[in-house]
Amino acid sequence: MALINLRDLRKEYVSATETVEALRGVSFTITSGEFVCIMGQSGSGKSTLLSVLGGMSHPSAGDVTIAGKQLYALSDDALADFRATHLGFVFQSFHLIPYLTARENVMLPLAITREKRAEKLRLAEEALSRVGLGRKMDRLPNQLSGGEQERVAIARAIVNKPHILLADEPTGNLDTKTSDEVMAIFRELNEEGQTIVMVTHNPDNCAYAHRTIYLRDGVVVSQAEMSLAA
Amino acid sequence: MKLHSISFNNLRRRKAKMAFLTIGLMVGITTIVTLITLTRSMATDIERKMEEFGANILITPQSNDLAMSYGGISLGGISFDQREIRESDLAQIRSIRNHTNISAVSPKVLGGVKIDGRDVLLVGVDFAMELKMKQWWNIFGDVPKTEHDLLVGSDAAKALNVMNGDTLTIKGERFKVAGVLDQTGSQDDGLVFAGLAKAQKLLGKEGRISLVEVAALCSGCPIGDMVVQIAEKLPDAKVSAIQQVVATRLHALDQFKRFSYAMAAVVVFIGSLIVFVTMMGSVTERTVEIGVFRAIGFRKSHIMRIILLEAAVVSTIAGLFGYLTGMASARLALPFMAENRDAVLVWDPLVAVGAISLALLLGLVASLYPALHASRMDPTEALRAL
Repeated sequence: MALINLRDLRKEYVSATETVEALRGVSFTITSGEFVCIMGQSGSGKSTLLSVLGGMSHPSAGDVTIAGKQLYALSDDALADFRATHLGFVFQSFHLIPYLTARENVMLPLAITREKRAEKLRLAEEALSRVGLGRKMDRLPNQLSGGEQERVAIARAIVNKPHILLADEPTGNLDTKTSDEVMAIFRELNEEGQTIVMVTHNPDNCAYAHRTIYLRDGVVVSQAEMSLAA
Repeated sequence: MKLHSISFNNLRRRKAKMAFLTIGLMVGITTIVTLITLTRSMATDIERKMEEFGANILITPQSNDLAMSYGGISLGGISFDQREIRESDLAQIRSIRNHTNISAVSPKVLGGVKIDGRDVLLVGVDFAMELKMKQWWNIFGDVPKTEHDLLVGSDAAKALNVMNGDTLTIKGERFKVAGVLDQTGSQDDGLVFAGLAKAQKLLGKEGRISLVEVAALCSGCPIGDMVVQIAEKLPDAKVSAIQQVVATRLHALDQFKRFSYAMAAVVVFIGSLIVFVTMMGSVTERTVEIGVFRAIGFRKSHIMRIILLEAAVVSTIAGLFGYLTGMASARLALPFMAENRDAVLVWDPLVAVGAISLALLLGLVASLYPALHASRMDPTEALRAL
């Protein structure tokens, strides 16, 4: 059964002078445990697709159903709660909070949950160890390299054990070697059962995915099953 | 990690900005606390003076009702028969039952004289007692020390074209102007003051007094009883309590209070504006951060709580420090503002509570719109902002 179901998604941006159709009828499904790569050039609509999928941008038309819930039928608070419990985000520019340590950044999604502090600490440290940053938990983001910051961002995204991990250009700011290290982490998470949807313009990254969906001008032009990278 | 951890961490890391915010609000609170404390201390000082000197009691002859007036005594032409109080009767005043409440007895003799062809009201006083009662007198020059020294009111000095050190001739006798009074805004400005005995001689009223002012010490003082007691001792006199001086002072103080509060309100408004502008700036700076919070599942109410908690912490600190600096400022300013150098500063814990509460209220109100603005940010747009 599909974990994610997108049906005829459309998204328009209306300004005073023009209307831009970022998504023009996108439909596909993603099953649980799948690693899907969404590829396209700049302006193809891939980031818009990810933000709609992530419950952050209401579509102009169409449905988004995740884990049996119609995302945009939920109230604003219910949608926020859904994001907190079902989704994990890895942003293009890491977007770590500069005045929080690595540990505190990872604990951020837990600020609104009910666990005791000791449990929150354990979960955060477990997530950081999982991405190989067990010894740098007390560093501030500006004391970490780009690759380390990306790992912290991944740890923050998985600390709540979300159903789906959404990643927007996770290696966009990294060199090749560090990109490979980060993608290896994504693969390991997927092998443990994490569903991942990753947006990228780098075809090398899609080699790690089960399937690649190609977008151009807001429509799905093709899909390809991939042989996963070694 | 809880929501308040995010607020406290932000405050810790952005010390300069938060200090600016705190100072902005603190200035307003300091102003209010200073003005409230000063006016209350000054009012207490006046009330204490009331207790020390009481309502002045005025003793006048029974039946005068004339055109030229001083403290209820009017003086007309020489053909009118004026009664006066005998100077020897003054000793009776200190024999009343409440004589321990009497602080000062200041007799005066009044009469018209010609100086340089002008009609002038000459007032003979016991300068020691008069100066004790009229502490608002500001003298340019010296206090009269000899029987040939005069003290001239400011308007009289202008009319007679004299200043301290000059001489005047009254009924063929030369007198020195020892001092000139600074303008009091009362009838004293138009008078010439001489020693009681000399004035009695000049006016041909030896042994007679035109009126007496009595200052009563009043801790629970029965001013009404004292008036009755003095009246019994001096049956030919009219005895009444004068509230005018103190009432005038309290009225002036009341006006000062209103002006102060208006100024304080302006300063507080400006402080609140500083909070508003700074918080809006802070929210704008944190667009991406807020977008991250929303993306990872923070509700709008969570965002508002973060922003408002920061405002609450800053405001509480501003209120506390505003109160302390306000009290320190009031302590420094009070000796210059009150009538007595030893005026006592009023410490009221309610002012502390009020100062902190006001700061908190203003800080939260000023931060409400920025907090709402933050909570309503579109996370997608926020995350695109760089």
